[in-house]
Amino acid sequence: MVKPTDPEVEPETLATIAQVETLGGGAAEALETSAGASQAAPRRRSNSKLGLYVRRFLRNYSAVAGVVIFVVIALFGIFGSFIAPFKYEDVDFFNLQTPPGEGGHWFGTNGVGNDLFAALAHGVQRSLVIGVVVSLATTVIAAVIGSLAAYLGGWIERVILEVIHFLLVVPSFLVLALVSNRAGGDWKMLIVVLIIFGWMFYARVVWTMALSLREREYVAAARYMGLGPFTVVWRHIIPNIGSLLTIHFTLGVVSTIQSETALSFLGFGVKQPDVSLGTLIADGIGTLNSAPWMFWFPAITLTLLTVSMAFIADGLRDALDPNSAAGGHA
Amino acid sequence: MTAVANNPRTDASDTSPVLSVRDLHVSFPSEAGRVDAVRGVSFDLRPGRTLGIVGESGSGKSVTSLAIMGLLAKSARVSGSISLDGRELVGLNENQLSKVRGSEISMIFQDPLSSLTPVFSIGDQLVEAIQIHRQVSKQVAWDRGIELLRLVGIPNPAVRMKSFPHEFSGGMRQRVMIAIAIANDPKVIIADEPTTALDVTIQAQVLDLLKTAQTETGAAVIMITHDMGVVAGTADDVLVMYAGKPVEQAGVDELFGNPKMPYTIGLLGAIPRPDSTSGSALVPIEGNPPMLINLPDACPFAARCPIAVDECRTAEPPLASVGGDHLAACIRTHEIVDGSLDGRPVFPHPEIGEGELAEVPREERRPMLVVDQLTREFPLMKGAVLKRRVGTVYAVNGVSFDIREGETFAIVGESGSGKTTTLLAIMDLAKEAGGHVELAGVDLRTLRGARATRDLRRQVQIVFQDPMGALDPRFTVREIIAEPMRAFGTPKARIDARVKELMATVGLDPAHADRFPGAFSGGQRQRIGIARALASEPKLLVLDEPVSALDVSIQAGVINLLDKLKHEMGLSYLFVAHDLSVVRHLADRVAVMYLGKFVEIGDTDRVFDHPTHPYTEALISAIPVPDPAVERSRERILLNGDLPSPTEDRPGCRFVSRCPLYATLPPEQQEVCTTTTPDLVGKEGVDHRHACHHR
Repeated sequence: MVKPTDPEVEPETLATIAQVETLGGGAAEALETSAGASQAAPRRRSNSKLGLYVRRFLRNYSAVAGVVIFVVIALFGIFGSFIAPFKYEDVDFFNLQTPPGEGGHWFGTNGVGNDLFAALAHGVQRSLVIGVVVSLATTVIAAVIGSLAAYLGGWIERVILEVIHFLLVVPSFLVLALVSNRAGGDWKMLIVVLIIFGWMFYARVVWTMALSLREREYVAAARYMGLGPFTVVWRHIIPNIGSLLTIHFTLGVVSTIQSETALSFLGFGVKQPDVSLGTLIADGIGTLNSAPWMFWFPAITLTLLTVSMAFIADGLRDALDPNSAAGGHA
Repeated sequence: MTAVANNPRTDASDTSPVLSVRDLHVSFPSEAGRVDAVRGVSFDLRPGRTLGIVGESGSGKSVTSLAIMGLLAKSARVSGSISLDGRELVGLNENQLSKVRGSEISMIFQDPLSSLTPVFSIGDQLVEAIQIHRQVSKQVAWDRGIELLRLVGIPNPAVRMKSFPHEFSGGMRQRVMIAIAIANDPKVIIADEPTTALDVTIQAQVLDLLKTAQTETGAAVIMITHDMGVVAGTADDVLVMYAGKPVEQAGVDELFGNPKMPYTIGLLGAIPRPDSTSGSALVPIEGNPPMLINLPDACPFAARCPIAVDECRTAEPPLASVGGDHLAACIRTHEIVDGSLDGRPVFPHPEIGEGELAEVPREERRPMLVVDQLTREFPLMKGAVLKRRVGTVYAVNGVSFDIREGETFAIVGESGSGKTTTLLAIMDLAKEAGGHVELAGVDLRTLRGARATRDLRRQVQIVFQDPMGALDPRFTVREIIAEPMRAFGTPKARIDARVKELMATVGLDPAHADRFPGAFSGGQRQRIGIARALASEPKLLVLDEPVSALDVSIQAGVINLLDKLKHEMGLSYLFVAHDLSVVRHLADRVAVMYLGKFVEIGDTDRVFDHPTHPYTEALISAIPVPDPAVERSRERILLNGDLPSPTEDRPGCRFVSRCPLYATLPPEQQEVCTTTTPDLVGKEGVDHRHACHHR
């Protein structure tokens, strides 16, 4: 017999979203539906789901710090190249490998005379663009394919799973390196290849989540209304893992930046004269003792980006889990 | 504030209480403010006695027990006094509480599947429970574990110690939970809705076992439940909670015989009883319990109370004595005598008229659903990489029935009998099932084409059991109810008006159409589910245990609604339930299912008043009746063991392993039972057939 909150049926996070809404938004809303009109008016706060999640998120100080850091870095990436006195391709023969602060170069220059500040701004922008586009595309593809595989079942599910497993086994890093090398370091090609080899892992995770979702009664109800499989998946299954997809997207940005950094570090990703965080770090390693600023600025930027994203993802997860401390104290 | 009860019991010995709770307050943080879940609970619990705590969801009964055990989240605030044998429990740290939990107070939770760790064998879990509190070797603990399993009635205990929880059925798991709970001879056993998730026959076994456990350990038991029948059968004292406060406290006979608080009267009136005849409406309590945030200083029940006066809203009534140790929190208790005020019932009985179809005799009505020898089998696969078929689960093994227009047909049976599978086979339009099914005059075997399928799907819709899981939490109510209309091509202009119309029909305020299901209570969500099912104007409504996940007072409202809709719209219902009292109220005809076959089928009143098949007799005797005198004096027919495995399909009656009649038969007659499959037989002209050779 199914009980109202049947633990073995629901993944914890899915039940929690409904619970969070009941505790928060629901509590304030239900107050109005209850017959007790004589109750004191509740504190007027935003009753929407989004408002609820934002409030819970803001209670987590490290998450807020993460957001601030990320925003600062993102702004730096977007506007840095405008406010810098130099462009990243400019070569300043009078200031070769100068330390930060000298000759009008805020972060110093490298051995060829490129301004590090501008290069870093361009690199951050490039990495963020790659990160966001790849993460968005892989999340969407993984969600659709994973949910369809779970919902349709039968031989379709088996075929899709075999494809996923095969692609997981293929040495994707190697293939990525070769293809992007062939393409001459074009960052657009890099995005395409990263997407092709990035969706499988999460697709399998989505498949397991959708497996339990398809047993839900509202999915059965939709099926009994005669709705087709694509409609059911798009309308009922994917929105219900939406919160988890958001978290995956956030983490995906940073993990894509890391893969791209790794590739560029090895020389396979973005190539000269284009810069990315990876190429900057690779160059910086070479001159670690003679020109330490070449390494530390990009390395610290990458670290801050990763750490801030981790805090944000942590905060998001806590905000969506009604049993976490994000609910405050009595 | 509340008058603390000092209850010198007249019948029990003057022993000092083993658990004393005084003025317990528990509050939780929430987005809308501080939730005062428990607002002043006080009681005394003496050894060997059972206290029943009754209340709706949200009344604070589980929170009280969790507070006693110290199992609340860190964000909760607990104040008041809980003293166990003179020792104060509030304010103890985790280490000190760990020593008390499991050895002096133990708890039995509601869902046995999630209460046992799935990766450890039950032997390991029993040993762990023993070794934490006693310095004994593993062998000694293991032996004690075997002894405990034998005590709780698990056959072959030495072997079963090594089994895993998923290898047991629900009733067996609950027995294991009870074994763990009594392992260290606790002084207090708290049972939080221990039988709510179990079938009625297993419930009877488990409650019996709890009594045994209580006598073995001499412990006091706190039984938390919303089922008044269970309370009538097991409790000595009863505490009724509402909105976090106790509103009535009395001995069990006194409470059932002479309730003084309108809420208790309402609860007792809302319970469907298996011994009353069908057709009379239940008395629901309108409205919902208040939110426990910033409660005003007034009686929390005033908004739902039919006899509320202005004085009720000026101050919260204290829990005062109304005679002896009977306490009630109502200012009009002196006017309430025998559950009625000035001779009239406190809660007015709603009138539900009979529909027009009631006049037409059954044979002349159009058949909505005709099922003939429906079978549904599932293959049993074994192996990891290469799966091979090792057997078949005969979930539905040849059922035949028909439903006429305007009729309600119920299928009852234990978990695993195949009732839900029958429903789903029909909803799937018998795609993977055998047998012959005719729906609204259309033979399902001849159904071809998407259009014909869609048109047929309009005629039959389903209402699910779990109000939370049946509605997509991301859809607003308007979208939920509109979805079937969109799927079946209703013009957009009509949809909005129809949504409002449907919400009003099921008793919801159409102004709330843009809210999410999470903002509604369980009963309201079930109404939304019913509205969604009605959206396509079906002729047959299939209901899978529609009220089992709801509280008793809310159940009554939904049952009355279903009754009303049946009469007004001429709907036919096919519903499945394991709560026989609800079936008695709603169904015109009933079939009892056991292991995929019907064992008894016929008119409801006839089947309930004169059950012929031994299984039906056992089922009916297992239902708890909310009347302490009846409960204590009745002879229960307890079935041994569990349902046998549905993977065999030998000829012969499948009930022999548990049949109380079989055990009394001479060998020649037993031979007949084991070799020949009984058919449904009955007297000519009487709508009552059963499948037993010897009745």
